[in-house]
Amino acid sequence: MADLAAKGETPEILFWVGCAGSFDDRAKRVTVAFVKILNSVGIRFAVLGTEETCTGDPARRAGNEFLFQMQAMNNIQVMNGYGVKKIVTACPHCFNTLKNEYPELGGNYEVVHHSTLLQELIDQGKIKLSDSNSFKGKKITYHDSCYLGRANNIYEAPRVVLEALDADLVEMKRCRTAGLCCGAGGAQMFKEPEAGRKDINIERTEEALQTGATTIAVACPFCMTMMNDGVKNKEKEGQVNVKDLAELIAEAKGL
Amino acid sequence: MAYVQQILFALSLGVAGWFIAQRVRFIRKNIALGKSEPAAGPTGERWKNVVLVAFGQKKMFKRFLPAFFHLLIYVGFLVINLEVLEFVIDGLAGTHRFFAPYLGSVYPILMNVFEFLAVAVLVACVVFLVRRNVLKVQRFQSAEMTRWPRLDATLILTIEIVLMMAILTMNAADQVLQTRDAHYTQTGPLFFSSWLTSSLQHLNTSTLIFIERGAWWFHILGILGFTVYITYSKHLHIFMAFLNTYYAKLQPKGHINNMPVVTREVKSMLGLPVEQPTTSEVPGRFGAKDINDLSRTSLMAGYACTECGRCTSECPANQTGKKLSPRKIMMDVRDRMEDVGASLAKGGPGLNDGKFLLGDYITKEEINACTSCNACVEACPVMINPLEIILELRRYQSMEESSAPGQWNSMFQNIETNFAPWKFPASDRFNWAKTNA
Repeated sequence: MADLAAKGETPEILFWVGCAGSFDDRAKRVTVAFVKILNSVGIRFAVLGTEETCTGDPARRAGNEFLFQMQAMNNIQVMNGYGVKKIVTACPHCFNTLKNEYPELGGNYEVVHHSTLLQELIDQGKIKLSDSNSFKGKKITYHDSCYLGRANNIYEAPRVVLEALDADLVEMKRCRTAGLCCGAGGAQMFKEPEAGRKDINIERTEEALQTGATTIAVACPFCMTMMNDGVKNKEKEGQVNVKDLAELIAEAKGL
Repeated sequence: MAYVQQILFALSLGVAGWFIAQRVRFIRKNIALGKSEPAAGPTGERWKNVVLVAFGQKKMFKRFLPAFFHLLIYVGFLVINLEVLEFVIDGLAGTHRFFAPYLGSVYPILMNVFEFLAVAVLVACVVFLVRRNVLKVQRFQSAEMTRWPRLDATLILTIEIVLMMAILTMNAADQVLQTRDAHYTQTGPLFFSSWLTSSLQHLNTSTLIFIERGAWWFHILGILGFTVYITYSKHLHIFMAFLNTYYAKLQPKGHINNMPVVTREVKSMLGLPVEQPTTSEVPGRFGAKDINDLSRTSLMAGYACTECGRCTSECPANQTGKKLSPRKIMMDVRDRMEDVGASLAKGGPGLNDGKFLLGDYITKEEINACTSCNACVEACPVMINPLEIILELRRYQSMEESSAPGQWNSMFQNIETNFAPWKFPASDRFNWAKTNA
């Protein structure tokens, strides 16, 4: 972003990478896949690079409002400084915070999740998948992210993206508004769960495996971690993949 | 002698009214312990929720079977209340079937409708008793469903069954009396109660009059007594559900309420211009330790909850055996309000009784297990938001006590020093681009 600003250029959209997308090895592959898609369709985008910081979502949800607002205010100053108008992110937690919680603190942007952007690109015919893509006819199940679904009513966009693969989309018993959480939301990602009978991600993974799908599609880096851990726990990593929507599209397009 | 019944009736009405007024005042005071926050968002949207969700039962129908039987009771309640109006007029004026002459041939049709609904309510209540006590549907068996909540539910259903039986008995005796005494308004045979008339035919007229009057008095006194009982019971949802849907949050469920007091502090720390508060706020706690730190909407929701447990049965933490139960959160808020209110009414210490909502009613283990997934909010048929309460309690834990779980404190530290929840140097944030093939 700084480079473009120095040249006096304004990008179409800011890609908010998020902490997971920047640091988590598995999520970084999603970031790269999404960047490849953006480049392939010729969207002029920018990233904040080292100027980006945590949105503050986990701090707010763990009750530390001060820390959240410090982060938010800093990010808003940076983005307002660059005149950011539109943001896309692959993380539903960043998406929710930027879209719903930054306006009250002076950060007003048009924020979209990458599933919505991918859906638009498919609808506009900018992403075309060949009939012989590697997912055609394969069984895929989609795990709803709470922060996309219930939190923001985005249930269809991810499914439209998966339908473009011409795969066999199978739903889990609990899906859409009744979708079961992966167990990572509300800052649970950053601590061990409370004592109980079972870990939430194991419960959800079992449900996903019951569909017989060979790919579990996710749209959130935290869900990715939880479902991956679940699949490993069930020793199914040889047969079942956990993939983000962007990875599936990039792979199907051979990017 | 003729006026004795009317005087007794007016007295009963007065006594019930007095008890109800006392309870309404008590409940209002309890809710007023909370922080007053104006209802944000367009009023039209709020009314839409009242009409669709409360009046229209929209969210109930996510589970068809209980929703169907609940609808029977709900419609029965709304419609049979019209008959209760006639009861009240008859009781005060000393008349019998006051509306009959005005409605003419419509009257027997109406009576048949009432009877049909009475039977429907009766059947639905039996079904619900079976679901709770014989089939033992799982969501009615959770840990927080202790003796009183279970007894409360059984009492409500049993009272409703008995009240409906009284209407049918009264109509049956009345129909036999119509054949013997011209004084009785002719309604013609009524579909359901006429099944009972054959067993009453052999009784003499004075016994029948006793049965008819007895059932009439039983029904109306039962309803008055039941209304008083409702104000102590989870059944209060029949009124509070409407209020709750009106005040329910309109923003996307992912949104968490902002804390303007923190915004002002952060802005002044960063040297940004600070807007002065429009209202003179009394500086309170950060987050919530007790009910007076919660919003009035959250407190009111405690009285709107009918303990159906749909929230808990959808909660991922609860379903995997953690202690958190969103229903218990609402029940605890209500219990705390009732305890504080009762103490204040006796001139006791109220909120200063040495107890707190967080710690004495709700434990940290419960609130820390929440994934903020909004499944409970989505599930609630009357739009109660237990998540908002959980997050306020967490705010108290983190900001006032600094007693968040250790791993959360490390996460806070990482965000403060590295600007990410993990311990990676901020300068590495753009390294992913180097791996770009």
